[in-house]
Amino acid sequence: MPMHIPDGFLDTPVWVGLNVAALPAVGVLARKAQKGFDHSRTPLLGVMGAFVFAAQMINFPVGVGTSGHLIGGALLACTLGPAAAAVTMTAILAIQALIFQDGGVLALGANVMNMAVCGTLAAYLPYHFWGRGRWRRAAIFLGGALSVLVGALLAISELLLSGIPMPGAVLGVSLGLFMVSAVLEGAITVAVVGALEGMQPDFVHQPSGRRSYVLGALASAAILLSVVGVLFASANPDGLEKLAADVGIASRAKTLFATPLADYEAGFFESPWARKAGAGMAGLVLMFGASVLLGRFGKKRSV
Amino acid sequence: MSRRLIEVRDLRFRYHDGTPALNGVDFWLDARETVALLGPNGSGKTTFVLHLNGLLSGEGTIEICGVPLTKETLSHARRKIGLVFQDSDSQLFMPTVIEDAAFGPLNLGLTGDEAMERAREALAQVGMAAAENRAPWHLSAGEKKRVAIAGILAMRPEILILDEPTTFLDPPAAAALLQLLRELPQAKIVVTHDVLFAGAVAPRAVFFEKGAVVGEGTVPDVLQRFGWSGPLTGLRTLP
Amino acid sequence: MHHAVLDEWSRRESALHRRDPRAKTAALVVFLIVVTTSTHNFVVLGPAYLGMLVAGMAWARIPPAGALARAAVVLPFSLVFAGAVALAGDPQRAVLLAAKSYVSAAAVLLLVATTPLPALLRGFEGLGAPRFLLMVAQFLYRYLFVISEEAQHMRAAALSRGGGIRAGRTRFRAAAGALAVLFARSHVRASDIHRAMLARGFEGHFRLVRNLRFGLADALFLVPAAGFPLALRLALGGGV
Repeated sequence: MPMHIPDGFLDTPVWVGLNVAALPAVGVLARKAQKGFDHSRTPLLGVMGAFVFAAQMINFPVGVGTSGHLIGGALLACTLGPAAAAVTMTAILAIQALIFQDGGVLALGANVMNMAVCGTLAAYLPYHFWGRGRWRRAAIFLGGALSVLVGALLAISELLLSGIPMPGAVLGVSLGLFMVSAVLEGAITVAVVGALEGMQPDFVHQPSGRRSYVLGALASAAILLSVVGVLFASANPDGLEKLAADVGIASRAKTLFATPLADYEAGFFESPWARKAGAGMAGLVLMFGASVLLGRFGKKRSV
Repeated sequence: MSRRLIEVRDLRFRYHDGTPALNGVDFWLDARETVALLGPNGSGKTTFVLHLNGLLSGEGTIEICGVPLTKETLSHARRKIGLVFQDSDSQLFMPTVIEDAAFGPLNLGLTGDEAMERAREALAQVGMAAAENRAPWHLSAGEKKRVAIAGILAMRPEILILDEPTTFLDPPAAAALLQLLRELPQAKIVVTHDVLFAGAVAPRAVFFEKGAVVGEGTVPDVLQRFGWSGPLTGLRTLP
Repeated sequence: MHHAVLDEWSRRESALHRRDPRAKTAALVVFLIVVTTSTHNFVVLGPAYLGMLVAGMAWARIPPAGALARAAVVLPFSLVFAGAVALAGDPQRAVLLAAKSYVSAAAVLLLVATTPLPALLRGFEGLGAPRFLLMVAQFLYRYLFVISEEAQHMRAAALSRGGGIRAGRTRFRAAAGALAVLFARSHVRASDIHRAMLARGFEGHFRLVRNLRFGLADALFLVPAAGFPLALRLALGGGV
């Protein structure tokens, strides 16, 4: 279940800022996606975008009578390469917002940054480092999982920053659902890439030997940002203050903020759920960071 | 004496994995001629025509209107030859009929207005003038085929190549296509399995087998020689 | 299907359909900003905004009931978060969130129902969107119709082969296989399209047939279309 933020949810500085960030990001990625290829990319990316829509109609059984479907960012990254995948995802998000009203138009910058830029790059990062060795399948799985998690975490942090209060229970349940979705995406992506390689190895993009430090840095930043974002937003009382002012319980809120610790309204942001989720994500990033370093050493040895 | 539009000598081509697809094909086409390419699946007919406008490149010589086909002369070949693909959905990629028909002329360097003019002319020629602003996904198979042909005619080629044109067409649409082709003055190569269509449209046929031309003659001659005539071919009727 | 319906609506004829896509896009953006920043008095403003959209639909000869129903597709997502907010003790804000997302979605729908998507995309080029991205989106839209049908056929075929009988793991792998086949088909189609483009002399740049023309009628449309909601908001919506 991908997180397309509708219009009306985000605070003005948040959606404006993300639109401002998205424009150059997409511009850079669009140029990178075309560079080095002949002009056959346009129909390819367009048709692959349509493929993602159609792919969402094919159901994967998850047991107990439910089924899920592919979201597609990681699959695109492994087959088209990260920049082309990001551009394709951007086109998909634009079509979803305009034609299917899935995600807002003002919020398009936010959704593009979350899913097309950060999500896709985060999906590619493990594949870039370990896509060639024994850990290939694990890398692809991790990429699929990260594409969902990064997009979701960024979306949640943007909502929290905009003062959408989320009781600990809701936050916990959402994060739980995202974990399930992430695992499913990872599993489906691995299965489909495997099937594709069986058909025609050409379809799958081989991670280049020359590492792009810029992309690597961007992707790592995306992951760190998402975790920090959640932690920061949940600890940030500004959102809460704005909420209180809107609803008109200003006087009561003022008393609340005079006492930073304890009390119910402030309490749910410091709830054990948010903490656990944050800690979990932080742990994931630390593990990831460690593997990145190991990956670097691994590559050096093979040379 | 007729002008020789296409001259192919000893064309050879192998796929990436080394399997030979064309084993020394010789071929010629004169102005105003219509030739049918017949032969079993995988015999190399489509692969062969893809060489004529440089979409594939193999070894041997190809001359289009007297000019040898090389990387530099590709755009010349693509002006002279109009290739109509089997699946119209892969050819009609623009959002409306008229924009698609204008795509070719625009690539030739004409201005927007000139290109639209050519597009309208071509659409009228195939009887699809009224469908100008319709989307390709709303058209029937026969209509799509005609629009695809219009897109080619708008470029004013001297040679038309049609790859399995009747594949998605029902008999009335196939008959309409036959009528249209008979009215067009260009030289034509028609790759087809539809032997009745071949017989009705082409006085000459060339039979492919395993990447080489193994026979030539009128359509009935060739069909007889290679055992392709019989009860099955009598199923569809064309005027 | 939703996109097929919107596509059909976008090809109808009306004064609103004839307006320059850039004018309509600008009006939409202003409208969306007005809606999203309306935090006070939404009880009055909300219906007023919706009323303007309905007027637009009537003017464009788009069935308002059908359009408003389709815009509701945004609600499942918004209601979840609205529910969370209500649970957090702020039902007023919850309703506001849901209402804003709905009115915004209806506005976007009106734009798309009165402007064929390729024309809309061309309008975006003027706003600085990279042409490469816009062409990709155009191809995506074009082939959405074709590929959705292919996927539906594959799904029907798979179901008719006894979809519910086999064990979960085998079905999973079968679904992955089906996806891979769809992927391969799409890839082949993409290269066929490219070949057909090359055969028609394509050398890398998409040349435009006709440029969009922003005329007096478009300006006369834009001023009230953007101005009216803005004025309403400033008058009734409290501070900025």
